[in-house]
Amino acid sequence: MKHKLLDIARRLLILLLVVWTVVSLVTVLIELVPGDPATAILGEQATPEQVAQFRAKHGLDRPAFFFSYSEDAGGLRWNGWENRYVDYWREILHGDMGRSFRTDRPVVDLILSRYGATIELAVAALLVAVVIAIPLGVVAGKNRGNLTDNTLSVVALVGISLPSFVVGPLLIYVFAVWLGWLDPSGRFGWSSIILPALTLGSALSALLTRMVRSSVIEELGEDYVRTARAKGLSERTVIYKHVLKNGLIPVVTILGLQLGVLLAGAIITEKIFNWPGLGLLLVDDGINKRDYRIVQGCVLVISVTYIFANTLTDMIYRWLDPRIRVS
Amino acid sequence: MNRLAVFGLVFIALLVLVALFAPFIATHDVGATNLAARYLPPSSAHWLGTDATGRDIFSRVVFGARISLRVGIVVVAVSGLVGVVVGALAGFYGGWIDRIVSGYVINVFLAFPGLLLAIAMVAFLGAGLNKLILALCIIGWVGYARVMRGQVLKVREYDFVQAARALGARDWRILFTHILPNAVQPLIVQASLGMAGAVLSEASLSFLGLGVPPPAPSWGVMLEEARDLATLQRAPHAMLAPGIAIALTVLAFNFLGDGLREYLDPRQRRR
Repeated sequence: MKHKLLDIARRLLILLLVVWTVVSLVTVLIELVPGDPATAILGEQATPEQVAQFRAKHGLDRPAFFFSYSEDAGGLRWNGWENRYVDYWREILHGDMGRSFRTDRPVVDLILSRYGATIELAVAALLVAVVIAIPLGVVAGKNRGNLTDNTLSVVALVGISLPSFVVGPLLIYVFAVWLGWLDPSGRFGWSSIILPALTLGSALSALLTRMVRSSVIEELGEDYVRTARAKGLSERTVIYKHVLKNGLIPVVTILGLQLGVLLAGAIITEKIFNWPGLGLLLVDDGINKRDYRIVQGCVLVISVTYIFANTLTDMIYRWLDPRIRVS
Repeated sequence: MNRLAVFGLVFIALLVLVALFAPFIATHDVGATNLAARYLPPSSAHWLGTDATGRDIFSRVVFGARISLRVGIVVVAVSGLVGVVVGALAGFYGGWIDRIVSGYVINVFLAFPGLLLAIAMVAFLGAGLNKLILALCIIGWVGYARVMRGQVLKVREYDFVQAARALGARDWRILFTHILPNAVQPLIVQASLGMAGAVLSEASLSFLGLGVPPPAPSWGVMLEEARDLATLQRAPHAMLAPGIAIALTVLAFNFLGDGLREYLDPRQRRR
């Protein structure tokens, strides 16, 4: 029991460290922006008053960090607690992420309006991957070493290596341009999620197929399988009721860990299909328009979601399989 | 080594030759637009056809190999070197270096999506080839550090290392002549997979418009330019050519990495 509590405490500590690093990163990186965000937004023609007003409004006139260095001020200067780094922390802890540099809308609102679409896409991709991977993995594992297995293994490797920005346009070409069955982009009816989900889930399904395969092979060698077969169960029951139940434990972990990867990968998929999620907000409204408040918010939210998904999976995994708790 | 790894090796060798001799292999000027020759299908004049502005796709794919390999080689070399040194120091000396490296840095980096970090850095620093390489190095070195640290911890306890120490060998001698050669194998595997990752990341960021700026024939840029509906309808090959180039390159490095891992670690050999 003491062991377990220590373990959870250690995990929470790492979690806090990671979140602290991410927040620090997005606040420090914005200082590296070449030039001044104010002139980038307002343009070269802006009057000094306009620039000053903009900087004051977004808190850019305050010192960047606890201390600053400049030759004029005679070296290192202590700025105290009134600095942008502390400001950003204070905002976040109050559920605020500042306002968009361009549209003046609260970044939190922008993110909340897009969050659902990204989660929807990631979950759909996860489902696609599972639906494809489990049967294929079982077939490959049952036929270990023969032509079916080898073919599936190569297909899986190819699938892992195909990036989403190759799969996506290919699917658009086949299903939207050539066959004309589905919309090439956007988020309208239920059918518009099919292509993005396939795109985002394809690499994962290939990875999962390999995992399910090796899991099935490993479990098929266990004693309980021999027992189940000996008592006359059909091969189907043996595989789907006994082998899969045990074999899916490592797969569950991968799934959880991959949910995070999907969230990050969704950035590209959303861009391909114009899917109005966090990734599109980050790239189109944030990066391309140099609206750094949006960039900060999106990076922060995507990372934190990723980190929580991973930690949660890890805990579920430990709970599912007591053998790993000790080590 | 298995057949797939051999395929990988051959393809990579071919790719290196193409990149080296690109000016002799390319049939057209990579930047030359020709509005009278837009969306042409593959022919004897344009082996892979032309794109939306009439540029020769074959020549652009050939020159694209240079960008991909350059990013891959620089990223793997720099992040590999940094990672090996940090990992070796952390594993060999332990103490506070190890506590920072393995307790904090590795944990934090592994808990964070690499692509997002690269995107965030490029977003703030601005797009460009060198900034992209810098971003990929910053996320890349941790993998090597982890592998190296693990190997050092393992090899450090071997008898021959103890013997060398007993004979009075200095730390750097033990590290470089005794430990490093024993850690090379997993590092080579990591480097091969790292090449695949770097090529993929470069293409991803360029595709998003955050990597190499557009007129350059980066495969990611070519894909981005060819994916609009008008081009897809009239010239799907403009998207297929760079897509296949990226896929084959990534596949080749992955095959090689997987093959090497099996080859170098007989326990993992399947048959």
